[in-house]
Amino acid sequence: MIAELGHYALVLALALALVQACVPIIGARSNDPVLMGVAGPTALAQFGFVAIAFGALVACYLRSDFSVVNVFENSHSLKPLVYKLSGVWGNHEGSMVLWVLILAVFGAMVALFGANLPARLKANVLGVQSWIAAAFLLFILMTSNPFLRIAEPPLEGRDLNPILQDPGLAIHPPLLYLGYVGLSISFSFAIAALIEGRIDAAWARWVRPWTLLAWIFLTLGIAMGSYWAYYTLGWGGWWFWDPVENASLMPWIAATALLHSAVVMEKRNALKIWTILLAILAFSLSLIGTFLVRSGVLTSVHTFASDPTRGVFILMILVLFIGGGLALFAWRAPLLKQGGLFAPVSREGALVLNNLFLVTACATVFFGTLYPLALEALTGEKISVGAPFFNLTFGPLFVPLLLAVPFGPLMAWKRGDLLGVAQRLFGAIAIALIGVAGMFAVEGGGPILVPFAIGLALFVMAGAVTDILERTALLKVPLKTALTRAVGLPRSTWGTAFAHFGLGITLLGIIGETQWGSERIAEIKPGQSIAIRRYDLHLDGTTTRQGPNYREMAAHFTVRRNGEIIGVMEPSKRHFVSRGTGTTEAALMRRGFAHLYLSLGEPNADGSIAVRVYYKPLVLLIWLGAVLMVVGGMLSLSDRRLRVGAPQPARSKAVLAPAE
Amino acid sequence: MTRRQRRLTLIGGALGVLALAVALVLVALKDSIVFFNSPTDVVEKHIKPGVRIRIGGLVTPGSIVRGENLAVRFDVSDGKSTLAVAYQGLLPDLFREGQGVVAEGALDPSGTFKADSVLAKHDEAYMPKEVADALKKQGHWKDDYEKKVGAAPQGKPR
Repeated sequence: MIAELGHYALVLALALALVQACVPIIGARSNDPVLMGVAGPTALAQFGFVAIAFGALVACYLRSDFSVVNVFENSHSLKPLVYKLSGVWGNHEGSMVLWVLILAVFGAMVALFGANLPARLKANVLGVQSWIAAAFLLFILMTSNPFLRIAEPPLEGRDLNPILQDPGLAIHPPLLYLGYVGLSISFSFAIAALIEGRIDAAWARWVRPWTLLAWIFLTLGIAMGSYWAYYTLGWGGWWFWDPVENASLMPWIAATALLHSAVVMEKRNALKIWTILLAILAFSLSLIGTFLVRSGVLTSVHTFASDPTRGVFILMILVLFIGGGLALFAWRAPLLKQGGLFAPVSREGALVLNNLFLVTACATVFFGTLYPLALEALTGEKISVGAPFFNLTFGPLFVPLLLAVPFGPLMAWKRGDLLGVAQRLFGAIAIALIGVAGMFAVEGGGPILVPFAIGLALFVMAGAVTDILERTALLKVPLKTALTRAVGLPRSTWGTAFAHFGLGITLLGIIGETQWGSERIAEIKPGQSIAIRRYDLHLDGTTTRQGPNYREMAAHFTVRRNGEIIGVMEPSKRHFVSRGTGTTEAALMRRGFAHLYLSLGEPNADGSIAVRVYYKPLVLLIWLGAVLMVVGGMLSLSDRRLRVGAPQPARSKAVLAPAE
Repeated sequence: MTRRQRRLTLIGGALGVLALAVALVLVALKDSIVFFNSPTDVVEKHIKPGVRIRIGGLVTPGSIVRGENLAVRFDVSDGKSTLAVAYQGLLPDLFREGQGVVAEGALDPSGTFKADSVLAKHDEAYMPKEVADALKKQGHWKDDYEKKVGAAPQGKPR
């Protein structure tokens, strides 16, 4: 009964989406407030019905109702509660329902919090948002119905892929989807602006918080996914340039570019057409990501059971929205008026440079991801484009970008003074140079690029600090004045500083992990040890344990540093009976920002066991940097001017004093 | 600076960055892409020793021989031809006899494939796509395998 209810709710949601897709837009064209007013309530009701459908699916999982195919294929009665729940989105059908749910959440949020939007813009935005919802609801109902029943219900389910039974995976997809789908709002705003043929600085101010919110979730989702891969796959890698990872990286880069260009549009009313194009591209890349992952074109842990009709359907959605969006852009964009002038050396110029490099880097990732697919489709030749390709293309493009990062926020709008900014960055440059020299002294014969990379990371970090120091004049005025100034700084300035500082931190982590990490592999018996750096890991013995739905062989290691016991590590191998497969559970020990990483191989007949141990210096900085970027994003999001919303004509200006 | 000059500067800058990116991509493509070959391709194409390639197929049951220091040898077959593979290191969780596997490395002069990485892809159906395609080409695609996992054949991008 619950499953049927869920199915019915999805059909009703589709019907509402179709209404919401047409009526408000007709209303906006004919300037009819009643028709435009339809958008808000339908968006809320649509959210309600999709939420009912999602709730029904969750209920089926929690009750282990194996008469539902989807539950049978992905759940097991013995599975812990949290994985019954995460099993809902650990498969194709369920994850698409989650996708649509998040789409509906964002639609409802625009309806709720968009009270200060102009009526026509709001009607158009919600209308466009509903086109997307209708397409994906249709996709679910036609090709991936999660509520299908089995005629003769089996007694036990087939269980979720063991590698997906992990706390990290319980939250990674929802976060990532919040990011992917959040970009749909920017897309809807862009299309609405094109339909109206009108766009101004206020538009940018409305779009920015939504993009920022999507960007925050996308950053968290990618960082989470990377950390999950790091500790579950057992080989200690945190980024593989796997096509599916690239599928999430591309929208992130585009969203980062969009955030920066929206600033120019908001403050200076320039780069309008470019911002619109970026908004369309960012969501297009999200859609392409969904297509790549869901169509079965790629094979990886993310590609759930694949079916050609689904691929074709998503491809059609893709062509419709990306093609339609770009066609509308080509047709209507010339109507938009060009905005303010600026010299190439200026804050605007720096942000243009940022966009230029980000978009180009994104394009190389796009090429590297899709080239093998295109080549195989055209010639049948199979190639793999792996990490070396991306390191060679993405890396060099990011260097000038990172060099420019500290300059941007210090540059004046309209016409900047490069030399003046360089002088103000004197401290940061000095720190970077000291870092480079220090690294040369310590490393000596190491790879020549490493000291420079460290210098670059230090420069980015020190640059972010310089920006705050300059604005609060910390070292020039009494401390109290400086503190007052710090509190008075717009939150978005703090946001910028945090995000840029986080970027430097992540870079530092990446360099540390890739350049100074060590790895040892050996076969050892109980009573023997394996040594790495100053650490000595002594294998005391192995035990076998029974988990809720698996059997586990755990190895007990005592870890000594310079002979002193500092702790124990217990890596294990789990065997899941229901699927006949296993996972490797690595053991991690934190040492400052470094990790000792221990994972097991297969046990041998003679009682020895293969062991792989890594020492990964600074590795935690990679994710710490991402967290700082997120903090920056949140600070920026809480900025007064975004909360207050865009200034409206004929309202009191005093309340809406611009932030800078 | 006039609007025209500003636009020219912008376009010039954009073209410059684009040219840089294209150059980087071309250089990277020349050096860093790896072709996938089935064991039959390896025989038929006369691939030279030392050229980096990826190979894939099913691990022949009974062929796994473990040696000292984590050395392991096994045969990979696509049903028509068989290729001996040597590898040193930890094998992935999903590596086992009769299962699909992808390895990257190069042939040595004796015709053994020296792998420096072995992937048993973490795919839900536990069958790397390349391997499935290679098997299909040789007519050894097991239909009952498909029924077992309940997955339809994968569509190529068209």
